[in-house]
Amino acid sequence: MASPPATTSSNSITRRFDALKKESRRALVCYVTAGHPDVGRSLDTLRALEEGGADIIELGVPFSDPIADGPVIQASSQQALEKGMTYDGVLALIERARPKVPVVLFSYLNPILAAGPDALTRAAEAGASGILVTDIPVGADPAREAWLGASPLAFIRLVAPTTPRERMAEIARHGSGFVYLISRLGVTGVQETTATSLPDSIKRLRSTTTLPICVGFGISTPEQARAVGQLADGVVVGSALVKAAGQGPEDVLKLTRSLREALDG
Amino acid sequence: MPTETIHRFGVFGGRYVPETLIPALDELDAAFDQAIRDPEFQRELDRLLKEYVGRPSPLSTAPRLSELVGCDVYLKREDLNHTGAHKINSALGQALLAQRMGKRRIIAETGAGQHGVATATVCARFGLDCTVYMGEEDMRRQELNVYRMRLMGAKVVPVLSGTRTLKDATSEAIRDWVTNVNDSYYIIGSVVGPAPYPRMVRDFQSVIGREAKAQMLETAGRAPSSVVACVGGGSNAMGIFHAFVPDRGVELVGVEAAGRGLDTGEHSASLQRGVPGVLHGSLSYLLQDENGQVHPAHSISAGLDYPGVGPEHSYLKETGRALYVSVTDDEAVEGLVILSRLEGIIPALETSHAVAWVVKEKERWNKGDAVLICISGRGDKDLAQITEMGLLPA
Repeated sequence: MASPPATTSSNSITRRFDALKKESRRALVCYVTAGHPDVGRSLDTLRALEEGGADIIELGVPFSDPIADGPVIQASSQQALEKGMTYDGVLALIERARPKVPVVLFSYLNPILAAGPDALTRAAEAGASGILVTDIPVGADPAREAWLGASPLAFIRLVAPTTPRERMAEIARHGSGFVYLISRLGVTGVQETTATSLPDSIKRLRSTTTLPICVGFGISTPEQARAVGQLADGVVVGSALVKAAGQGPEDVLKLTRSLREALDG
Repeated sequence: MPTETIHRFGVFGGRYVPETLIPALDELDAAFDQAIRDPEFQRELDRLLKEYVGRPSPLSTAPRLSELVGCDVYLKREDLNHTGAHKINSALGQALLAQRMGKRRIIAETGAGQHGVATATVCARFGLDCTVYMGEEDMRRQELNVYRMRLMGAKVVPVLSGTRTLKDATSEAIRDWVTNVNDSYYIIGSVVGPAPYPRMVRDFQSVIGREAKAQMLETAGRAPSSVVACVGGGSNAMGIFHAFVPDRGVELVGVEAAGRGLDTGEHSASLQRGVPGVLHGSLSYLLQDENGQVHPAHSISAGLDYPGVGPEHSYLKETGRALYVSVTDDEAVEGLVILSRLEGIIPALETSHAVAWVVKEKERWNKGDAVLICISGRGDKDLAQITEMGLLPA
């Protein structure tokens, strides 16, 4: 292979969005926690996501103190840690699953820092395409942001409903792959309704960046996915899939398929 | 946009939080800086510190303790504040700030319950809505404080996740804040959290050291040779240290909780046994395993039972300006008994760590030394717990 891993792997996310765009389809981004409920079933979960039609898999690196997460993902993280999941365990899981769709690591900063200076190259070698860090907002730590930005992985940044327009532009400029738009105030978790402010947030964000926009937090049902899919380039479903993963791969497959159909329909 | 240096102490501190909170932290930063430069705000704060908290808190001589340790010991009596601890200094300042910012709903976390009580108190005083997150384990250990908070109209929410102590209560309070950021103000109880909290809480607590410095000159005619305070998150310590930091001749000592012993893995000595890491919004010394997972802390005192520590303490440690030491659970209980017997002052278990260290290290003191201990809180809240544990002498 002539090209360095940098281009290959971050491009796999871009390529996926390009392909979807040609077909006028929306990306289905699926979050699950690595090692939940255990390593074996986590592997089955990843296969079910792929078979069900996920475009991108967000794989959660479990952390003991997940301040941005609601009860479902908190519990799944705790369970994964109790079963011994580690950063290298997450990479081994990706290597074993070898999904054909891009995998984005979804993590808090501390486990990545503890994994050492080569943590990101190791992740790329294991087959990850991107990384998203919940607790390193733009400008918080220029040295570590540069490290994350220069790695072979696409560095996906988050935009919140509270983010002013000028800052949206700055965030988009410092990210790659896609922009993750948090749909509402609060932590991750299933929600009955989606925020009324969403169309406006997407519009403002769209005016600042050409990166694809994926919307997450609180999206759990096919109906919600369809509604959000009409506004954004992709939707992220997390807690609902984590719940399903706790039940078993059949539940994951069923939910992923129904989300896929809703998005494509 | 504020520069990085104002958010950090050396490399420590920062703002490692979800994006949602960034505009709120910017707003808080600006509001705080504007408030402390506003003479009107300062006057109102000083007035309430005097008429409601009972400041200045006295500086007591401690003749019998001095005799035991072989040098002059002075006690800065934060235990005599309204609500019985130093926590109200910052809770009051932040409640005034919240009102100035037009926020009527207050969130807080609490470990021992002292910060929760202080917050519930100021919320009652100003008619603010108050929600306090408290680990279920701590609610059991500090039942009296739960009653006090509820009596003053606060909602106390038990936290069932993780270790069910201060660490998880803090996480839960942050989650509430992320969800209700537009109308809520988060009153953090210590010099921890994302910028500007560590600096802001320190500034509100620095009244302790400012008073103590003047009182030492008045009472002892000199500066203290050492200033000793217990460190969990580290707010009473930063409060009493701050005025003395530029005085190089004054030794600053922070006493951490060694729990069952530093080598047992069951302690809260982040500065002595931790490594730098990110928890609750800032980079600081942290008890963690090799995978970057936070290691549960242990201390007999709920207020010190925290795996992290304020970033400015990490900075004072790195620069060598302050010395960090520790005493065990058993030694702390001894400290509580000694101060009670010798001076008729029952200190909180947290505070007892500082007392115990001064006693334990009596060989180190010379006759001409003047040791100033921050008596950060009173021990009434701890008596049920240590009686139940059979630790009080018959």
